[in-house]
Amino acid sequence: MLKTFKKGGVHPAENKLSANAPIVTAEIPKTATIPLGQHIGAPASPIVKKGDQVKVGQVIAQSSGFVSANIHSSVSGTVAKIDDIIDATGFKKPCIIITVEGDEWLEEINRSSDIDKNLNHKSADIINKVKEAGIVGLGGATFPSHIKLSVPPGKTAEVLLINGVECEPYLTADHRLMLEKGEEMIIGTKLLMIALGVSKGAIGIENNKPDAIKHLQEIVKNYEGIEVVPLKVKYPQGGEKQLIKAVINREVPSGTLPIEVGAVVHNVGTAFAVYEAVQKNKPLLERVVTVTGKSVSNPSNFMVRIGTPTTQLIEAAGGLPQDTGKVVSGGPMMGKALSNLGVPITKGSSGVLLFKKDEASRRLIQPCIRCAKCVTVCPMGLEPYLLMNQTEMQNWEEVENNRTMDCIECGSCMYTCPADRPLLDYIRLGKSTVGNIIRSRKQ
Amino acid sequence: MDKLINVSPSPHVAGDYSVKKIMYGVVLALLPALAASIYYFGMGAIVVTLVAIASCVIFEYLIQKFIIKTKPTISDGSAILTGLLLAFNVPSNLPIWIIVIGALVSIGIGKMSFGGLGQNPFNPALVGRVFLLISFPVQMTSWPIPKGFNTGYADAVTGATPLALMKEGLGNNETVSNIMNSIPDHMQLFYGSMGGSMGEVCALALVLGFAYMLIRKIITWHIPVFLVGTVFAFTGILHLVNPEQFADPLFHILTGGVLLGAVFMATDMVTSPMTPKGMAVFAIGIGVITVLIRTFGAYPEGISFAILIMNACVPIINRYMKPKRFGEEVKNGK
Ligand code: SF4
Ligand code: SF4
Repeated sequence: MLKTFKKGGVHPAENKLSANAPIVTAEIPKTATIPLGQHIGAPASPIVKKGDQVKVGQVIAQSSGFVSANIHSSVSGTVAKIDDIIDATGFKKPCIIITVEGDEWLEEINRSSDIDKNLNHKSADIINKVKEAGIVGLGGATFPSHIKLSVPPGKTAEVLLINGVECEPYLTADHRLMLEKGEEMIIGTKLLMIALGVSKGAIGIENNKPDAIKHLQEIVKNYEGIEVVPLKVKYPQGGEKQLIKAVINREVPSGTLPIEVGAVVHNVGTAFAVYEAVQKNKPLLERVVTVTGKSVSNPSNFMVRIGTPTTQLIEAAGGLPQDTGKVVSGGPMMGKALSNLGVPITKGSSGVLLFKKDEASRRLIQPCIRCAKCVTVCPMGLEPYLLMNQTEMQNWEEVENNRTMDCIECGSCMYTCPADRPLLDYIRLGKSTVGNIIRSRKQ
Repeated sequence: MDKLINVSPSPHVAGDYSVKKIMYGVVLALLPALAASIYYFGMGAIVVTLVAIASCVIFEYLIQKFIIKTKPTISDGSAILTGLLLAFNVPSNLPIWIIVIGALVSIGIGKMSFGGLGQNPFNPALVGRVFLLISFPVQMTSWPIPKGFNTGYADAVTGATPLALMKEGLGNNETVSNIMNSIPDHMQLFYGSMGGSMGEVCALALVLGFAYMLIRKIITWHIPVFLVGTVFAFTGILHLVNPEQFADPLFHILTGGVLLGAVFMATDMVTSPMTPKGMAVFAIGIGVITVLIRTFGAYPEGISFAILIMNACVPIINRYMKPKRFGEEVKNGK
């Protein structure tokens, strides 16, 4: 029996169309639009101004608070302006816009592809490097990684989990990275283990990627303390709490962080970025992005410089199909629909997904038939139908008591509802209202 | 971009599920039992079924169109299902006008008066059935004797159900073993060769329907298993205490609609609890009330009343029987 998490979960059609497409380096854009807020927390503050010359890898905006991250230039050229531009969230956000000239890198960055296996680093140095390099969770959460590496006093880290689950349908960026940069990723894992001071590491991979499992199992033979754990395919196994439950069978208590049960989780993309930062001195300035969809002529995986416009990637994958009805940044279950295709790729963009017209609209909402399917599939053990009803009635006390804040917004409930109820729309509304109430209570 | 694209919050994909699929799935699961009733009761079963379904659908359409003034939703299959279940819960020689009244009560009072699909606290078909049972006790308890396919309808030979025979016999101070002599044996009961409501008789067909619904994941096993288990355990204990005064548990399960109730009536999604824990409480409650009515009450059957009583408790059950939250055990365990 393969391991998996116990409660709830669904199995949407996998549609991993780009699983066999090797990672191709995308063209450097003519203009790079680099948002200052690509992570959870305070946006970085710019340290360049209009007209400045920048090189690839140069810091252009500095972390501005405890939860924040540095931003580096992903291209070389001239800063054209610093302006508010609509990004993937649909809101205007401050961005640094750089007109690209050539491809000139900072000298201290090692651009060779030789694998550097030196593991002789001190924990503090690694954490510092991760912080300097502006690394954030590349699975999509974009939480600054160095914070997760500093274990709070009173807690102990016992195990590092690497998330290679990629449970979102369609996406294959992590899958390709594990196949093509497996050893680097494992070394990155080792570095993260040193940083945390743990002797155990586990890489969780869903069983629909047998090639990646086999490949990494070969490699980890040479790296002590790391285990590859094949997992049964079930969404949302890539959720931090679900992954921890699946691999080490511990449940993170409501309202706490994984460190509560001694676990720290990082994505495979993050592990690779850590390798590059520590061994090659290369900050986070590019990432793997899957561009896919049923009508896309060449579903692809690209290595993309941060700030590249989404349209350029769509072109590179064969152009925007005639029947496109919706474009999503990220996966189909949790991604964000874009209102503007010019938005830049950021640290958190794992994919660009093009839906056909007939896949793009929601079905008609019907009355709830109390079938309890939403309750059955909720991985957090919530009652989505009830949260929706109580949110509709603005009964905030009940919404809070029924643990709406535990919802991880995985969308399993809405995916399953036979009556096509907009459960998660309401739950999000309830979460933000209750979140505000809780905050105002604390003050 | 000059193209229009959709923008909506996640998730962007939906599973291949629909209300229609569920409703027609249950209808399909009822087909073996329908076939069995046609085999045993012939023409009567066909007439009752067609009249019940047609009148439920027509009443739903008329009420939605002219009284509530919304778009009729009869194509979702729920009215068909209510009609079919109503037919299953009445004798196969019931006069047509009584069936029509039953359908009106089921749809009009049982469902639409509460706001339609999903809003009704009580199982609509059972509301109709119980109304008829109280209003037309004679017609509702004259059971045609099953005799292979017969073409007659209202002129069928009638007799009592095994449960009624048992109740009457016990009332006359006869012993169980004595009464059993005049009742079909257990194997015959399992195949459905007995008097009774047209859909309740054939245990074999009902079990087939149960299996189908489980495979299609339309229902979970909890309610039927807990319900039947409770009836079995409770009557079993009584039987052990005094085998000559209380019939054996298998007899109780195979007669009087326990299986029909457990598999198709109590599992009605709208009127049953939302969590496995809640379903267990609900089903055990039905089981206990059924046996109490049968052994100590005035009616020989009791499951219809038991289900309706527990339907009324569902809101309270849902309030206290919460799903196991993620991270809960750890918190309490520490
Ligand atoms: S309620 Fe939240 S956690 Fe539960 S299934 Fe729905 S989106 Fe996922
Ligand atoms: S899945 Fe949909 S129809 Fe079923 S109980 Fe939940 S909200 Fe109601």
